[in-house]
Amino acid sequence: MSFSFDHLIQGFATALSLQNILWALIGCFIGTLVGVLPGIGPASGIAILLPLTTVLPPTSAIIMMAAIYYGAMYGGSTTAIVVNIPGEASSVPTAIDGYEMAKQGKAGPALAICAISSFVAGTLGLIGLTFFAPLLADVAVVFGPPEYFALMFMALTLIISLSGRALLKGVISMALGLLTAMIGQDPLTGAARLTFGFPKLLAGVDFISVIVGLFAISEVMVNVESRITAISQKIGSWMPSWADIKQCIGPMLRSTGVGFFLGLLPGVTPSVTTFVAYDLEKRVSKTPERFGHGAIEGVAAPEGANNATSTAGFVPLFSFGIPTAPSMAVLLGGLMMYGLQPGPMLFKTNPEFVWAVIASMYIGNVMLIVLNLPLVGMWARICVIPFYILGPLIVFFSVLGTYSIRFLAYDVWVMTLFGVIGYFMRKFAYPIAPMVLATVIAQMMEMSLGQSMLMSQGSIFILFTRPISGAFMALAIASIIRGIWLQMRTHAPEVALEEVD
Amino acid sequence: MKRTAVGILVLFAALAFVWAGAANAADFPKKRITYNICFNPGGESDITARIQEQALKKNLGVDVSIQYKIGGGGALCWSELVGSPPDGYTIAGHNLPHTILQPMEMGDAGYKTLDLKQVYMFESTPNVLMVRKDSPFNTLKDFVEYAKKNPPGVVTVGGSGSSSANDLGTAMLSKAAGIKLSYVPFGGTGSAVPALLGGHVTALMSYSPMVIQYRDKFKFLAIASEKRMDVIPDVPTFKELGYDIVEGAYRGVAAPPGTPDALVKILADAFDKTMKDPEVKKKMDQNGFKTEFMGPEESLALVKKKTAEYEAIMKELGRMKK
Repeated sequence: MSFSFDHLIQGFATALSLQNILWALIGCFIGTLVGVLPGIGPASGIAILLPLTTVLPPTSAIIMMAAIYYGAMYGGSTTAIVVNIPGEASSVPTAIDGYEMAKQGKAGPALAICAISSFVAGTLGLIGLTFFAPLLADVAVVFGPPEYFALMFMALTLIISLSGRALLKGVISMALGLLTAMIGQDPLTGAARLTFGFPKLLAGVDFISVIVGLFAISEVMVNVESRITAISQKIGSWMPSWADIKQCIGPMLRSTGVGFFLGLLPGVTPSVTTFVAYDLEKRVSKTPERFGHGAIEGVAAPEGANNATSTAGFVPLFSFGIPTAPSMAVLLGGLMMYGLQPGPMLFKTNPEFVWAVIASMYIGNVMLIVLNLPLVGMWARICVIPFYILGPLIVFFSVLGTYSIRFLAYDVWVMTLFGVIGYFMRKFAYPIAPMVLATVIAQMMEMSLGQSMLMSQGSIFILFTRPISGAFMALAIASIIRGIWLQMRTHAPEVALEEVD
Repeated sequence: MKRTAVGILVLFAALAFVWAGAANAADFPKKRITYNICFNPGGESDITARIQEQALKKNLGVDVSIQYKIGGGGALCWSELVGSPPDGYTIAGHNLPHTILQPMEMGDAGYKTLDLKQVYMFESTPNVLMVRKDSPFNTLKDFVEYAKKNPPGVVTVGGSGSSSANDLGTAMLSKAAGIKLSYVPFGGTGSAVPALLGGHVTALMSYSPMVIQYRDKFKFLAIASEKRMDVIPDVPTFKELGYDIVEGAYRGVAAPPGTPDALVKILADAFDKTMKDPEVKKKMDQNGFKTEFMGPEESLALVKKKTAEYEAIMKELGRMKK
């Protein structure tokens, strides 16, 4: 893929036609709506709306699809902040601080920072994509199974900072998450585990049902028990203050970097990078004890990473023709509908098309912020709705969204079960985030470990002898040791002030 | 009291939603059909589905939603399929030999081969052994010699799935050449290819479409078909190089057990029209697929024939369960 101003300008010219702007607008709006429903993420959103796009000329169709994609990502964060229902796994870290802010009447600033952070990350990510795609793609293939495992393992050590003071509880939560993820089939061989002979359990436990249960349902239960009248009593201003924004510049830039580079690796999804970015901010912050209680950086970071990772996902797609996530594949399907050969040849055979897509992604980013900032006030008002109406509505949408994943009532029961589990976890102050992180990471981690062992004929040292995986493992182990040491020093100010979500 | 009433009302609304309508053969299909793909995006199953998508929607008259259910080399997806309602609205791409070998090798793969109701078999792709352009092997002979000189397991061969065509192909080569290749399964061709690009495995036992896509990045040592494929005439067959290996994957779609024959026929006809669509045919050929046109009865006959063949091969390789 070679960069050429000519092509880019041409791309913009196509993307900026009045017609295409209109389609981008519609796409963003519909995407946001779809993303707001728990359980329906960008992939399903695009899939559902794909037929709409077939009546359009190819370029317009792709522009609309990209806009839907961005919109859906944003929608997921909205519900995470306003009612503590993460739209998909990548919105979970946003919910941690975002919901706290909502309870304090600051849902407006939280939502706005989401949009702003996403915009900054998306724009920077696109610049990276435009200028550096071929180089970056080559970097990404250096990651093989041992590197993936080491990266995932390091991500798990984030548990330590996510657990705050209650390290043991955090580890238990993580273990529960890993156990849940193991129900079903072994990712490498397909052998059945923890199914107790129930064929239904072979399909495993869908982690969206788990997340919706753990967050939304248990939250409703807790709220009902404490008889709150509404999530927040007052609404502050709906825009963040300049001080807030200044505070978030660092997080936005760092999370973009982290999100983008990790997102280059096929298989690393926003769900992972948002956690990594959140943790990075917490470690880098001078006041980490604010995280978990409504720190605005805690919203800016995951949102930036989210968008950066999604953008980075296009690099393997354009350079190798390999879609790294289901939502990418849907977009690829869209490309194929128009007679484009998937694969490394795409740039050579149809450069003008690809550049039009890239240009439209810039437009999509702008569109999002233009569309959503004014609507922030509207979304924020949801928090003041009396809970006896809002609560059942949350349950309704949770059931709807969870059912729509696979149209199985089974998933709804799983959601309910995890709602109860989540309720007890909250009662006994067990952190929920580690469980979610573990569930999301488990399959890839296990598969990579299996593949690495096959590559090394059973020797675990392969993880340490290769430079990249060795570095990650070292970081991970150092993290663990430090975490345990901090726990031992029970009078350490950091640990004592860290609380659980 | 008012609050409880409102709450209960809303909850009833939710339950009512869940009680969605059932399907009826006379006017099938009347809503969206879910087409499950059992492997990573970017692999052959995915590419084929994308090629079929448009024509399929036209021939079925409804929307087709492509979903991914990745894991266990396809076993996750197929075991889910057999548990899905047999109303014709859920189908899944399925592969031979995977769906024959997995139950044989694993004992409990979550499904039985004959549980999958055959709808249509639309393509086949022979195995191809490939290495990176910068690798020291130029011919299959170089590769085999290297494997002989080194301890078992040093030469790693990546592929899509376990108990799959790639897996079996690697095992058959090991046996025929008297070498010990270590097979590393990936979630699909889409994730196996980056592994070879990055040099994490020595070679890849993959499928013919990859020859077309990665022409300028890989060298292709041999293809496991009866004779050379027209679209890639410079890849020698294993047969002509002295190894009697003809193996690859057949791909088709299947429905849950108990799906009424009438619905299966409607689906099969739609796929048949789709595969005969000139646009589809062109793309299939261009991409290195061999199109097949097998309806439900023919597909079932193929499955039974292959099952008998594989039983013998698996016993020989010592991989039968129990």
